[in-house]
Amino acid sequence: MTIKPPVEDFATDWDHTDPQWVQDPYPIWEDLRQRCPVAHTERFGGGWFPATHEGVSMVAKDTENFTSRTVVVGNGRPDDDALPAPIGVAPPITSDPPFHAIARRIMLPALAPGPVNELEPQVRALCRRLLDNLGDHEIINGGMDYAQYIPPTVIQQLLGFPAEDEETFREFVHVIMEGVDHPEEERIEEFAPIEEYLRVQIEDHREHPRDDFTNYLLNAEIEGNKLQDEHIAGTIILTLVAGIDTTWSAIGAALWHLASHPDDLARLVNEPDLMPVAIEEFLRFYAPVTMARLVKHDMEYLGCPMKEDDWLLLGFPAANRDPAVFKDADKFIIDRVENRHVAFGLGIHRCAGSNLARMELRVAIEEFIARHPRFELADPSDVTWAPGQVRGPRNLPIRILR
Amino acid sequence: MKVTIDADLCQGQGRCFSIAPNLFGFDELGNGVVIGDGILTEGTLEQARLAQSNCPEHAIFIEEDR
Repeated sequence: MTIKPPVEDFATDWDHTDPQWVQDPYPIWEDLRQRCPVAHTERFGGGWFPATHEGVSMVAKDTENFTSRTVVVGNGRPDDDALPAPIGVAPPITSDPPFHAIARRIMLPALAPGPVNELEPQVRALCRRLLDNLGDHEIINGGMDYAQYIPPTVIQQLLGFPAEDEETFREFVHVIMEGVDHPEEERIEEFAPIEEYLRVQIEDHREHPRDDFTNYLLNAEIEGNKLQDEHIAGTIILTLVAGIDTTWSAIGAALWHLASHPDDLARLVNEPDLMPVAIEEFLRFYAPVTMARLVKHDMEYLGCPMKEDDWLLLGFPAANRDPAVFKDADKFIIDRVENRHVAFGLGIHRCAGSNLARMELRVAIEEFIARHPRFELADPSDVTWAPGQVRGPRNLPIRILR
Repeated sequence: MKVTIDADLCQGQGRCFSIAPNLFGFDELGNGVVIGDGILTEGTLEQARLAQSNCPEHAIFIEEDR
């Protein structure tokens, strides 16, 4: 692993993997909004970062000048092998119009509020089971022992993959997430067992159809033709990548907030009706997901000389802290009733799993505070935050107060 | 007064039907739809405005009666 020099000025040399950004990005973004507001870097082969809601919003809705061919900033640029644009490797998130709308339309009905609401009882049962397993321990890890168990199991159940494969499944998720920065050859090698596993699962679902998302994709058609297996596998990989550490980050961040703000915790325990509004404020204030685009062609944009294949880091969490749009943007207000946050993105790539994520977050918090109405951070300095484009607490030791 | 959703702007963020389930529902894709004719009363106007002020896509419109 190469050691990168520390960032001295985020306006001209931003790096979202820099320890300072990882630990506390908010003052950096506020500084950029005041004096920039579009930051540049030569790292990752060149890229831009608009820190305002206006800039983020423009880019998110602009598919003429930006491509979603890849949405994760890395050192290389993806070549158009396996499934070239407009489909991309994980449709529809890596797809551009017009194919995007077709791939998205296939996916959305399965993740609409109706089907998602049906999953709520099993998510609640899962949370209770996890809390049961944690027993009466004084210190529990809200990240590793709770938040990080919920989304993988939900996605596994959604896809209809065998429960006994849980460990394998978790390992795949780890490989997919942690290996983003690895060289292409290594990446292909790392992905081989995942592709093989998915091939076996897809085949098994084809032979023994059941009522789950995998069979839903197998039955789906584009203009009378079934989807290619690569499309199905790509969409399954998308649900793994986009549906797991994102949601566990949101759950973990909400627990972190409640553990360090006893007044908010007490209000939420005493006023359960506040939950839907509070959930939106958790999403605004601790939005976990930053996306990326590639610049399609040389152009002057947001006052910047952008070049083809430059990165555009799409900071929805930064947009959510922009005082031009949010009153007291830097304050967490648990009963903020007007909250036009963009935690799930904007425009045609709005998170397809937002209904599911929201339900998981709400149920996970409801169940945790019902079981443990009083808790605090066991050691605030022990909390670690995940680097990269999905931000949330990983190590989250919580002391249960009785 | 009448509330409408611009279907070209709506991306299914899901805020309107959570905030005002008596005014908004959702279609098969999870996009917001106005229930019935969207005519607002004094009692429902405030809810419609609240949904409007929470829509990230600015897809909700409230038209004054002419």
